[in-house]
Amino acid sequence: MADKKLQIALYWGAACGGCDVAVLDTNEFILDVAAVADIRLWPIAADGKYKDIEAMADGELDLAIFNGGVRNSENEHIAHLLRQKSKLLVAFGSCAYMGGIPGLANLTSREKILETAYRRNPSIEWGNRVVPQPETKLNGKELEIPKFYRRVYKLDQVVDVDYYIPGCPPQPDRVRETLLAIVKGELPPKGSVVGAFDHALCEDCPRTKNEKKVKKFYRPWEIKADPDTCLLEQGVLCCGVATRSGCGVRCPTSGIPCRGCYGPPPGVTDQGAKLASAVASIVDSKDPNEIEEILAGLPDFTSFAYRYGVAASLLQRSYRQ
Amino acid sequence: MSYEPKIVGFLCNWCSYTGADLAGTSRVHYAPNIRIIRVMCSARIDPTFVLKALREGADGVLICGCHPGDCHYSEGNYKMMRRYPLLKKMLTDFGIEPARVRLEWVSASEGQRFAEVVNDMTQRVRELGPSPIQQTLAQDMAER
Repeated sequence: MADKKLQIALYWGAACGGCDVAVLDTNEFILDVAAVADIRLWPIAADGKYKDIEAMADGELDLAIFNGGVRNSENEHIAHLLRQKSKLLVAFGSCAYMGGIPGLANLTSREKILETAYRRNPSIEWGNRVVPQPETKLNGKELEIPKFYRRVYKLDQVVDVDYYIPGCPPQPDRVRETLLAIVKGELPPKGSVVGAFDHALCEDCPRTKNEKKVKKFYRPWEIKADPDTCLLEQGVLCCGVATRSGCGVRCPTSGIPCRGCYGPPPGVTDQGAKLASAVASIVDSKDPNEIEEILAGLPDFTSFAYRYGVAASLLQRSYRQ
Repeated sequence: MSYEPKIVGFLCNWCSYTGADLAGTSRVHYAPNIRIIRVMCSARIDPTFVLKALREGADGVLICGCHPGDCHYSEGNYKMMRRYPLLKKMLTDFGIEPARVRLEWVSASEGQRFAEVVNDMTQRVRELGPSPIQQTLAQDMAER
């Protein structure tokens, strides 16, 4: 029986660990998974070494679940390795799907990130401002660490991906459904976004929608928003109009605007541009100066609109010299 | 080869495209750097179109619509008017000179003005130099 078990690997690239927790949040279900599957690699929860994966035959794994973006050469190496060794490769969570939160770093540069983290950070001891290098000599020995790339990539910019499961993190119910579908072999066409719907979040949002006209935008803490009316109509920037549904409308039903973690709905190339299109259109003014004033109420719109999707956007990164 | 800017122009069917047509039929000379795409209304111009043009190699994007108040669909151009500042802000955040994208109102009778706008835009984008997008993305790929 043992050799008939599904062979599974889970890996995290540039990630926070939340996606791995989402897998664990399926609760007892994970035990059912363990009953039908051998988990060959899962850095956050189980043992398993890269060399064991390297020693496998091509296609020996049935399923590899990759969460996190590709930030460094180690992430990329494992992405290639899992692609080679696994029949199915799933981009799990917003980071693998779109670059995610780590992808926001694409709006700055590698140099600035290293400068902030290793030189300017107030918590660094004097005399210890060392910037890690890919290769170092220590006591006559050569040491290597993974190379920190110029930018973050989403998984399919690096390897071929079979399925995408969006979410930050993906909702446990969707994870369960998707894993079951894979176990049963009920697979959608390659390249599908699974564990989510094919329409925008607003369609499932229970808040009342009227004609949208906005004179002033508010940060969520600046306004006591009506709990039953569309947040965007009340001037609270909400990504729902440019976001795929599937999360269960968790944020807007809790009084928090959608952050866009499920990515763009089908047919939308660039989530941030689509949000800009929708949000700007509802500004209630025909005067260029007043329009500018109203839009000034959206500080850092870009990071909001591309919170999870800089790496997946048309521009992908900053071009600042 | 010397650098010739590539400019994509999105022109509304009713005013600006007709204005460009007038520039042509009036034999007004203007820079050949613009590639015109006709859309029914400037409101149709999703910021996605502009970003896509830049991503695919345009050095500049010109958007033209009817003058405010003159929209064939009464209020379409106001939608573009509202998107423009947000789009410029986004470009700045992505480190792209906002002057690469420009919004102008050109009526059907303003053939001469259309030519001037295109010449001026071509000159400005020429001064900015080639868009860094494709080269930078290629450098990213080469690093891996």
